[in-house]
Amino acid sequence: MNGLNDLILQTTTKVTAFLILSFSLYLFIAGHNATGGGFVGGLMTSAALVLLFVSYGYERASEVLPVDFKLFIPAGLLIAVLTGVGSFVFDQPFLSHTYGYIDLPFFGEYEWATALLFDLGVYLTVVGVTMTIILSIAEDDEKN
Amino acid sequence: MTGTPILMASTSIGLIIVSVSIAMLLIRVIIGPTLPDRAAALDTLGINLIAMAGLLAIRLSTIHFNDVILLIAILTFIGTVALAKFLVKGVVIERNSR
Repeated sequence: MNGLNDLILQTTTKVTAFLILSFSLYLFIAGHNATGGGFVGGLMTSAALVLLFVSYGYERASEVLPVDFKLFIPAGLLIAVLTGVGSFVFDQPFLSHTYGYIDLPFFGEYEWATALLFDLGVYLTVVGVTMTIILSIAEDDEKN
Repeated sequence: MTGTPILMASTSIGLIIVSVSIAMLLIRVIIGPTLPDRAAALDTLGINLIAMAGLLAIRLSTIHFNDVILLIAILTFIGTVALAKFLVKGVVIERNSR
């Protein structure tokens, strides 16, 4: 089955994967005021990664992305817990979040919120779980 | 649901046409003789869903469906690529393909 040529698919993937990744970043950032958030942003990121794995095969894609996606799950959970524990430092109840305003040079007034850090934990966990499930299923072939 | 009558009428007509198209594509998905017929019909079904979401966004005069439209487009593309890869090569993520 190795004689088949995937030139069109691989060239399309080179463009499309970055479009999907930027869309997932947009969904992650915009989740506070519009549709989106950590969950669907993580799902879109893993969709782009799955597209890379489908187009280029397991070995080449994991050479480009030498990342152990299982480590994303504890990292995301740790970030989510630490944003909850961090509210103890300011003598507030668990998972109290706050926000404020800063002036960015180009974008003007920006409302930062510590809920974005919690969302980052959700994002990393979703990416880790999805990629672990899909790659674990892809790995076990020709064993039985 | 505040729109001019001409907007309501035109989106209604568009939605009816897209619904008929989706029904005919569903017939192709069900009775399609081969698997590539079904795959192509499901791909076109996703594009019809994009049209339906766009028409609904105009009808409800909201901007919050735009993300959904892009999301359906991406998921349809990836699903069709995976299905085509499975039909041609038998595996979706192939190994030892260097």
